[in-house]
Amino acid sequence: MDPSDAFGATSRVPAADGEPLVVASGLVKRFGEFVAVDGVDFSIGRGESYGFLGPNGAGKTSTMRMIACMSPVSAGTLRVLGRDPDRDGPEIRSRIGVVPQEDTLDLELTVLDNLLVYGRYFDLPRRVIRERAEELLDFVQLTERARDRVESLSGGMKRRLTIARSLVSDPELLILDEPTTGLDPQARHLLWDRLYRLRRRGVTLVITTHYMDEAEQLCERLAVMDRGRFAAEGAPRDLIAKYSTREVVELRFGATEPAGVAAALEGLAQRREVLPDRVLLYSDDGDATLGEVHRLGLTPESTLVRRSSLEDVFLHLTGRTLVE
Amino acid sequence: MSALGGTVTAAARAPSHLGRPRWLRSLAYWAYRYKRTWRGSITTSFLYPVIYLAALGVGLGSLVNHHVHTVSGVGYLEFLAPGLLASTAMQVGADEAMYPVMDAIKWGRTYLAMLATPLTVRDVLRGHLAWITFRLVTVCAIYLAIMEAFGTLRSGLAVLAIPAGVLAGLAFVAPIMAFAGAQQNDRGFSALYRFGLIPLFLFSGTFFPISQLPRWLQFVAWATPLYHGVALCRGLALGGLGVGPAVVHTAYLVVVVGIGYWLATRSYAKRLEI
Amino acid sequence: MTATVTTPLRITPLSILGSRRALRLIERNIYVYRRSWIIFVSGFFEPFFYLLSIGVGLNKLVGALHIGNRLVAYTAYVAPGLLASSAMNGALFDATFNMFFRLKIAKTYDAILSTPLGPNDVALGELGWSLIRGSTYSGVFIVVMALFGYVLSPWAILCLPAAVLIGFAFAGVGLAATSFMRTWQDFDKVSLAIIPMFLFSATFYPLSVYPGWLQLVVRATPLYQAVALERGLDAGALSASLVGHAAYLAVLGLAGLVVTSRRLARLLLP
Repeated sequence: MDPSDAFGATSRVPAADGEPLVVASGLVKRFGEFVAVDGVDFSIGRGESYGFLGPNGAGKTSTMRMIACMSPVSAGTLRVLGRDPDRDGPEIRSRIGVVPQEDTLDLELTVLDNLLVYGRYFDLPRRVIRERAEELLDFVQLTERARDRVESLSGGMKRRLTIARSLVSDPELLILDEPTTGLDPQARHLLWDRLYRLRRRGVTLVITTHYMDEAEQLCERLAVMDRGRFAAEGAPRDLIAKYSTREVVELRFGATEPAGVAAALEGLAQRREVLPDRVLLYSDDGDATLGEVHRLGLTPESTLVRRSSLEDVFLHLTGRTLVE
Repeated sequence: MSALGGTVTAAARAPSHLGRPRWLRSLAYWAYRYKRTWRGSITTSFLYPVIYLAALGVGLGSLVNHHVHTVSGVGYLEFLAPGLLASTAMQVGADEAMYPVMDAIKWGRTYLAMLATPLTVRDVLRGHLAWITFRLVTVCAIYLAIMEAFGTLRSGLAVLAIPAGVLAGLAFVAPIMAFAGAQQNDRGFSALYRFGLIPLFLFSGTFFPISQLPRWLQFVAWATPLYHGVALCRGLALGGLGVGPAVVHTAYLVVVVGIGYWLATRSYAKRLEI
Repeated sequence: MTATVTTPLRITPLSILGSRRALRLIERNIYVYRRSWIIFVSGFFEPFFYLLSIGVGLNKLVGALHIGNRLVAYTAYVAPGLLASSAMNGALFDATFNMFFRLKIAKTYDAILSTPLGPNDVALGELGWSLIRGSTYSGVFIVVMALFGYVLSPWAILCLPAAVLIGFAFAGVGLAATSFMRTWQDFDKVSLAIIPMFLFSATFYPLSVYPGWLQLVVRATPLYQAVALERGLDAGALSASLVGHAAYLAVLGLAGLVVTSRRLARLLLP
């Protein structure tokens, strides 16, 4: 069933001409001394799907919580749906849906009751919620589990239910914090499919994720965050073009430590990266670079020429060391 | 970091403690865990008996002694104290057999971690049961010391009230472990408290002789393990316990513990051998 | 309760705490208890068991006692005390144990705060539910008292609103305390406060058994105030001190709520 059937009849208030749905300027979030978000500017248009990428602790979730009006802004300005979260929190929240990083389903209720009760928080009439709940359970393939307690669901099912719950209020803006973390591949693809359909219906998506393929699949525009700031922002393709080369050559040297041959590879490509088990050469023409490697008399145990990915951009911008 | 860098060899394995029952390792875990909380737990084990004996034994007792002078031949404080010893053993035992068991099965999954080692389900059960027994011994010993401080002991055999209290406690621990092992969530526990433990606490002869109850309720009270625990502790603390009744009370409690243990073995096996 | 009904809950000063949206939280709790009604029903029995045991079992052993100038049977003496202490227990259980579970363990409120409800709606809703539940239990207990003949005067009708006030006072304190709790271990401290109060606060026997200084300490406890209020109303022993007891409880509850509303926003919306 196409979800647009479920909501097709509801009328949406069109945005004032081209006015973005979320606008932040100089946005700051502090927890005591710690600065989680350190002055970021962005704007998200209606119908857009926008992603925040970044290592743990980069400030993604804090930014998301501010957009969701669940965390007061420490400094700077933020407008969501044209309104001020400080003043109009409840009104804004009534028009957005939130999928938090950790499932916060109501453990004391059944699957269906989770949707019914959540809908009531939005002051929707019971009849409307009941109809939507049935459609949504179908949408996330949980109809058979409607009467079960939430406890008995698997991780993937809980995640799907959380997504269904975020849609009960038919939101204009959907905020998803790591929506597919911990899911098996089947469940991830099912979720991607569902999110794609929502996008087609004109729902604005704001997403954080650790998965680059997910970011490429779901987001039209991305912000790469690092230590509370934006390291880069743009469409996935543009980011690759700007921060990486077209191709990457990966060389493995078997028993030889890569560091030993690294000096010889200096200057062969636009950028060279030496890792414990291999050397990466960033170049617009991978085959040509590989040819030069062979000309130098080096014989790597294995070689791979591949297209540059978002992951290369991410690691380039945020570094390879663990940030906790 | 030899744990990561070294190569695993047979010699590097931990020496096996041949001959020592494996359940001792499970017991050691619970004892180790207790290190974090023992101070609070010992404090309350002292404090609550003092509060109960002072408030009800002395306070309410002053009215009782004024009105009827003696209950079952002694002052109200003397009458109440051994009953409270048995009731406390029941309560502590029940507490230890409910939430910690549920936690070890479901929330913290301690049992599952233990079962990933050479320990068997039976070892896990025995170790935990041994741990709760140890807790009951400390609680009952502290209670008896406080009773002595309040001057309520009347018999040379009073020290036997400790094993009697432990036995009364175990008569609840074993069946409740069986019950907890079969529960999917903790909701059953509140029902057990409200419809099981609290009525027992109130009607098993702790606060007044069951002869004060209507006749049919006296039979009900007589059938409960707590009644026998209370009667046994009271007889030992105050003296005048005949051999016959002592054997009946003890035998009753032993049978309940035995059946409870058997049920717990089955319940644990069903839940954990998967 | 449909979306179109507007019953503004604008009774100052509760309205500083939350809005009509708090009703939605009460509705949630009804959904929860619809599926575990046995737990709801079991709440009726506890004070009743105490009444049967301590009240009836000890009736002959303790003899008659005075409420004001009236000499009453021990059971009748204990009954209003149990009414007060069970109102306290129920409110505290909701405000501490249940609240902590939802706040810290199940994170129920995290989800609720992503909806139009705010932290103060949550506090007001939980308080409202606790009072509804508590007054149901108290109402039934008063009926039981009446059936057994332990209701001593027509003024006993006021025992119900008094029980609601007691619930309000302890819920306020309990909510405030919960907002400071970090682990389940902190609940040992709650029990350490409640159990001595329950045993010593004149629920089971008059203050006169204590030495003078201890009487003063006991008088200062909120449960003593609650018991004295219920006992006075039940026996129709009206005096100005009843107003004092009621005022004490009202102030306590309000103070608790003010603390709660300050703490809760910080806890829930970091």
